Amino acid sequence: MADTPNTPDEAEMRARWGGFAFTAVNAKQAKKVIARYPEGRQRSAVMPLLDLAQRQVGEETQTQGWLPVPVIEYVAEMLDMPFMRAYEVATFYTMYNLAPVGRYHVQVCGTTPCMLRGSDDVMAACKNKGMVKGKTTPDGMFTLTEVECMGNCATAPMFQINDDNYEDLTYDSASAILEALAKGEQPKPGSQIAGRQSSEPEGGPTVLKAMVDANHDYRKEY
Amino acid sequence: MPKLTVDGVELEVPQGATVLQAAELAGKEIPRFCYHERLSIAGNCRMCLVEVKPGPPKPQASCALPAAEGQEITTNSAMVKKAREGVMEFLLINHPLDCPICDQGGECDLQDQAMAYGRGGTRYEENKRAVTEKYMGPIVKTIMTRCIHCTRCVRFAEEVAGVEDIGAIGRGEGMQITSYLEGAVQSELSGNVVDLCPVGALTSKPYAFEARPWELKKTMGIDVMDAVGTNIRFDARGREVFRVLPRINDDVNEEWASDKTRYAVDGLLRRRLDKPYIRKSGKLVEASWDEAFKAIAKQAKTAGDKVAAIAGDLVDCETMFAARELLSKMGSSLLEGRQTGLAYDVTNVAAVNFNSGFNGIENADVILLIGSNVRWEAPLVNTRIRKAIKNGAKVFAIGPETDLTYKVEWLGDDAKILKRLPKKLSDALKDAERPAVIVGGGALAVEGVHGAALKLADKFNMVRDDWNGFNVLHFSAARMGGLMLGYAQSGGMADVVAAKPKLAFFLGADEVDFGQFEDCYKVFIGHHGDKGAHAADVILPAAAYPEKNGTYVNLEGRVQFSDKAVFAPGDAREDWSILRALSDVLGHTLPFDSFAQCRAAMVAAVPQLAEEGVVSFDWSPPKLSDKPEGTLAYPIKDFYLTNAIARASQTMQRCSAELLHADDMLEAAE
Repeated sequence: MADTPNTPDEAEMRARWGGFAFTAVNAKQAKKVIARYPEGRQRSAVMPLLDLAQRQVGEETQTQGWLPVPVIEYVAEMLDMPFMRAYEVATFYTMYNLAPVGRYHVQVCGTTPCMLRGSDDVMAACKNKGMVKGKTTPDGMFTLTEVECMGNCATAPMFQINDDNYEDLTYDSASAILEALAKGEQPKPGSQIAGRQSSEPEGGPTVLKAMVDANHDYRKEY
Repeated sequence: MPKLTVDGVELEVPQGATVLQAAELAGKEIPRFCYHERLSIAGNCRMCLVEVKPGPPKPQASCALPAAEGQEITTNSAMVKKAREGVMEFLLINHPLDCPICDQGGECDLQDQAMAYGRGGTRYEENKRAVTEKYMGPIVKTIMTRCIHCTRCVRFAEEVAGVEDIGAIGRGEGMQITSYLEGAVQSELSGNVVDLCPVGALTSKPYAFEARPWELKKTMGIDVMDAVGTNIRFDARGREVFRVLPRINDDVNEEWASDKTRYAVDGLLRRRLDKPYIRKSGKLVEASWDEAFKAIAKQAKTAGDKVAAIAGDLVDCETMFAARELLSKMGSSLLEGRQTGLAYDVTNVAAVNFNSGFNGIENADVILLIGSNVRWEAPLVNTRIRKAIKNGAKVFAIGPETDLTYKVEWLGDDAKILKRLPKKLSDALKDAERPAVIVGGGALAVEGVHGAALKLADKFNMVRDDWNGFNVLHFSAARMGGLMLGYAQSGGMADVVAAKPKLAFFLGADEVDFGQFEDCYKVFIGHHGDKGAHAADVILPAAAYPEKNGTYVNLEGRVQFSDKAVFAPGDAREDWSILRALSDVLGHTLPFDSFAQCRAAMVAAVPQLAEEGVVSFDWSPPKLSDKPEGTLAYPIKDFYLTNAIARASQTMQRCSAELLHADDMLEAAE
């Protein structure tokens, strides 16, 4: 059932966040963002500003951050746009959270390439740490979400935790990352296979080997 | 003027037309859901697909495609048929099959177009999506599962109503139309989204499960809730008017109607006067027509020519004319329609008319509002001013600040500003090509404002051969007709009171301060038991606006005829016939025996009322005092409860409570 976004009680939200305002640093950044757009088109800045606001909420609550309704209204007012228009943007994009999340927002990709490469194991690793899809753990550390393609198909499976992507996961490496985060350490983002930098082939090139060191004319070999 | 062919027929279409409009000009029907003539183009329902050459070899959305020279448009090819069937099939995937219990049934675009352009059956066997209902206020009922995301309501709220409260949240299959945080839509035009909705997602809450459209008898009428003269259609069954819908008239209401126009009709069933009453030892007791007439005749004998007639806000011209004739036979001309005591000068009707016209005000480039809360006094004039702003107009206003749904430069509420205009306003008026001033009812109450406004019009050359920018905005449907029929004393109600009438006829007049008429025998001829009936000595039950034929003149001086849709309840009779019967008893028989004769006599007396259309009044403004003194205020305190019918309407009561007094309700709940 397509239900209205599962936001917390409005009165509580307003009591807690009614006085929201950008910090001096963020206010300066917001001004810079707004200045990027021509006069009369300030509304274009709504997405960066919502993100900025979400991050500030995150800092205040020691989580990834979310967007309480009064905060969305604060941004809308800043850009002189109707509340509804800003609210539409915030509900459209999944990267804006409309309800509180934990310290780490674990977004496991479950789209076809990741699924074929073992996203079920990654999901199992998360569930074994006590996470439930769509919920935050009781200690407030982790929120688990299953998401669609994050664009890391070459290094599948993956999950995104806050601003970092962790790729080439297995059950063990995923568990290790979650444990490290729980201990307060910062695991290495990116591919979890030793020696792999980005999405290059694992264990050295598999095609066009002659071109690794110097240019090579393959046309004679067709 | 591009030349193109539609299904092989060559035609020329206006510059800027779309392919859809071109096809319509060629007489082809193009199915559509999201496209609407009066809203911006969205292009998201894809129902209007046609084949266009030159162009990609695929069907194209005709509503969003500009017509161009040499196009070959095909609306009946196999490809188009298949494309429409495909779109319809997708739309129906998540649309519930609940037509038998849907209020839109019988007047549903989706139903009609599924019959005309859809496949015969369904191939879809999965579960359908369901969506939770949304609260949108006391007028609009939602069954959001039926929504096909055409976004007409969103665009209407933003573009016409100017209240950006409705929007689409979420995305893809999870997209939902809702009001902001599911609050009530704070608009007096919200009922129009019910008409705009092509499916049964937004339906009318007061009319829910009342009737099917084909059971209702449709009668063309004119609205009396404000002075706009909205063209409406009464949908009635038996003697009950179930709903009121706007008719299309581009010169008056386009195709909109305010919520009061639409939903005050349930007030026609409540607090009705359906029997004559006579006050006996302080109490009103039921009587027969005979007894009531005799009681009046007894008073008339002693009253002689000390007789007055006060017209209310909702009466038609024929009623006022019949009363005028009766009074003149009795030797009096003590007529007044401005119940609340306004006494502005009416020697020249043009000086109290909305001279620019509704279409004209759209072309104004600087508008000065003087003491007029247009949004409440004439919501459909407000939409015209919004259009003017879209065309680049600037709006200044003198009066208490209020939300008019557009950007207004407020200059304060002191009437003295008119004597020494701020520089930005005088500069704007000086540079304007078509400057306009709108004087509201609140301003006419302040001494000197009328004169100062006329002087302003003169100073900035607002009245020329091709443009008249001087406007007075009335908000009572009977006002212009009353002024044409002479229902105005130079001193207003004060003159009537000073003449000490012994007998007074109150024609549906409820807003009068009846304390002024202590020694006067008060005959109330009206349809609702409101303030007028409470104060009356004799009540003669009359017909409300759907229950009689009538002529009305709207605030731009447009004469319009309204037809009778239903019969008045009980012993109530049409107003003119009451006055005709009474005239017999009084010994001053009126010279007409039918409504047609009454209208003919009226036309003979005031020829301008003969034909429908705008009356042109000669512009010869009077010389008035132009020393404004005082503070401007708005006379309408509650938009939903401005007259006896609206006050009797449960829907209007609910609107007033939920939309205007929501804070009080919350406090009471606490």
